[in-house]
Amino acid sequence: MSDYFTWLGVVLCLLMLMALYRTVIGPTIIDRIMGANVIGTKTVVLLIIIGTIFGRVEMFVDIALAYAMLNFIVTIAASRYFTHHKNILQEGYGLRHRPGGPKD
Amino acid sequence: MLNSLTIVLTISGLFFFFATTMGILRFPDFYTRMHAAGKGDTLSSTLMLLGLAIYHLNHFSMGDFLASVKIMLILVFIFLASPTATHAIIDAGYESGVAPWTNDSSPEEQE
Amino acid sequence: MYFLATFLIMFGFWILLSGIFDFFHLSLGVLASLLVAGLSSEHLFRNRDHSTRLVEAWRFLLYIPWVIKEIILSTLHVAFLALHPDMMKKIAPRVVTFKTKLHGTAARVTLANSITLTPGTITIRITDDVYAVHALSDKVARALPGEMEDRIATIFGETRK
Repeated sequence: MSDYFTWLGVVLCLLMLMALYRTVIGPTIIDRIMGANVIGTKTVVLLIIIGTIFGRVEMFVDIALAYAMLNFIVTIAASRYFTHHKNILQEGYGLRHRPGGPKD
Repeated sequence: MLNSLTIVLTISGLFFFFATTMGILRFPDFYTRMHAAGKGDTLSSTLMLLGLAIYHLNHFSMGDFLASVKIMLILVFIFLASPTATHAIIDAGYESGVAPWTNDSSPEEQE
Repeated sequence: MYFLATFLIMFGFWILLSGIFDFFHLSLGVLASLLVAGLSSEHLFRNRDHSTRLVEAWRFLLYIPWVIKEIILSTLHVAFLALHPDMMKKIAPRVVTFKTKLHGTAARVTLANSITLTPGTITIRITDDVYAVHALSDKVARALPGEMEDRIATIFGETRK
């Protein structure tokens, strides 16, 4: 059963990598927030799987609960912060349009 | 018996996670991707967490029972938080004027 | 009364989260629960109208199985679309707006979350009584708000208004 959970965690990590593609590529910053939110939800499940493998689930479940709340707060805060930004429509905003970054 | 139930629940949850991720990668614009992210994540994490909670109910010790109840607590929290986060993200996009993607089947919206 | 109810809920939560039952930790839990209950007992129970609250809670519990069925259907729908090789031709996304007849805040929030969880639709925003909804196809857009609004009106006792 422990092997099974290990493979479950590995497949979940691969899925997180696929979601990371959307987070890195964008194209808008809202897509990035969404990708980070999806990765966070998967992380909650992954934390409990890790706890199951290590046999310390009563510790990891607290971490997972805190992580779920933190993920929710981060998503709300980031989307509120970017609500009225018109230039989130520019592709790659947040990568190339940093202050001091190269202009195009 | 309970182990096979765990395996069935986690595998189906993994399948829905996969479908969610494919939806995020393949859908054409941000609103449609939000459909995949908001809905798929709720059910798939529910299935996986249910499977893990059932696995920990196997041993009937007090600590494992508490762990199962806490996993259920995470589940309830995800159920409340996921639609709210979806609203927040999609409202941020709508407010900043991201135009929804349309295809050819709606000619009145073509330019 | 409300203070006691809040205290009991908070203390149950403490026991659930700590899982340690010796005297020291339980007394810490009593102190923390007293503090939280004193600070926030008037916020937990906003609706102090005894006549309807229990009925509403009971009807809401009966509503949950239907919502779970809708969640499963909508996830299958989205999964089918996401894995369909010809997906671009299958969808015709659009934003639709409609007016609701619901009055209470709780009823409107419930309707918004239910729309998000039903197949092919996501609530974008609510301004007063106008909902903006993003739908994945024309068919689901025309089905709005559908039987859901009537169900929620029944839960919160708003059928007569």
